[in-house]
Amino acid sequence: MSTTHWKDYTLTGGDAVADGGQPGWYTPALDRKTLKGLMKRSDRPALANYGLWIGLIIALGAVTVATWGSAWGIVWLLVYSAVHQSATARQHELGHGTPFRTRWINEMFFHFSSFITLSEGHYYRWRHARHHTHTIIVGKDPEIQSPRPPEIVSLLINLFNLKTVVLTARDFLRRAAGDLGQGRHFIPEGEQPKVIRAARIYLGLIALIVAACFVTGSLLPLLLTIGPRVIGAPLYALLHFTQHAGLDEDVHDHRLNSRTIYMNPVLRFLYANMNYHVEHHIFPMVPYYRLPELHALIKDQCPEPKHGLVDAYRDIVPTLLRQLKDPSYHLRPALPAAAVAAE
Amino acid sequence: MTTDTKTWIDVCAVDDVEIEDLIEVSHDGNTYAIYRSPDDTFHATDGHCTHEKVSLADGLVMDYVIECPMHNARFDYRTGEVKSAPACVNLKTFEVKREGDRILLAVG
Ligand code: FES
Repeated sequence: MSTTHWKDYTLTGGDAVADGGQPGWYTPALDRKTLKGLMKRSDRPALANYGLWIGLIIALGAVTVATWGSAWGIVWLLVYSAVHQSATARQHELGHGTPFRTRWINEMFFHFSSFITLSEGHYYRWRHARHHTHTIIVGKDPEIQSPRPPEIVSLLINLFNLKTVVLTARDFLRRAAGDLGQGRHFIPEGEQPKVIRAARIYLGLIALIVAACFVTGSLLPLLLTIGPRVIGAPLYALLHFTQHAGLDEDVHDHRLNSRTIYMNPVLRFLYANMNYHVEHHIFPMVPYYRLPELHALIKDQCPEPKHGLVDAYRDIVPTLLRQLKDPSYHLRPALPAAAVAAE
Repeated sequence: MTTDTKTWIDVCAVDDVEIEDLIEVSHDGNTYAIYRSPDDTFHATDGHCTHEKVSLADGLVMDYVIECPMHNARFDYRTGEVKSAPACVNLKTFEVKREGDRILLAVG
């Protein structure tokens, strides 16, 4: 009689693969000088991009406030929230420290984006470092969004970050009390006080926002600050989920566990070019604005990218449905013949 | 009169390292990173990040900071001091000197 094996995705869980130290990941052939050139940072492109983003938030926020009370107020709030939550992709890039050459500008935007996505920066950086060391390695990577078999109901609920927000509230309360949960596996002891202090600051700021709602007799202070974490969530849930869903796990080759998708310029602006996800994982030091160039240089060594979100979900949805019955099933993108031969 | 008791080894030519960059060199089973700063001074540290022992060779040198290519820990390569997490331990530094167009590294 066969039994379905449900994996344990908790850190150092029973299914953690034996994987001591720093694993050797596949790296495509790329001239060192070219790579160094791509890694160079400049404030200018990031300032233009972030200036536009902040300008849009201010303008859309003003229109939302001006039309609040009418049906248009709701429409503008939706648009505002979608642009506002571009912060999720931006926080990620800023967490890598790559967009700006000037460190303090990077850190200022990083902590701003962290707060408005309720993803505290210190904790996030430690967790995300783990994700890059052990990308989609079961029991090692704390950011696996699509465990096998998939949790479809949970995924649907979380389209609006409803589960995330509840868990975030729980985690902030726990961390503020000194309990780091899974974080104790990846945050060194000496760094833990920063995470605890930050959780307390976040709770204080959230209390101030709630107080502002009572004082003004309006929900706008909440809706314009952290409310978009829920209202603006679906677009980013759909975008982020494509990064690894349905692909292989426990392989040290980002071409097999990550996905690159061609997207239009509006989505790429909002998503900070994270559609070039294979490239980002292979060379995380390359700033988001150089990823299209990096892609052009190594695409002949990588699988064919998906052409848009619909194309990606045409792969992902049937795969997840099949994984409900067969958790071992996964997509295996075809590698270019030349790249396979070179291995 | 003082005598130089250090063991100096010839590791590279001056022009092997670009300004504001580094190269990795190996000697006797150890790996070292040799840096050339924006003002054309040379420095050396251990070749691996103190966070997860990743080679710093593909890291980014900006001014006097080396940023690890893996998780972006930053170190002042002149002193080895950690400037930002996820590394928590300083990098070991080594003396270097320039003789003509060669760079010598003090080991042992
Ligand atoms: S290995 Fe250097 S920062 Fe993690």
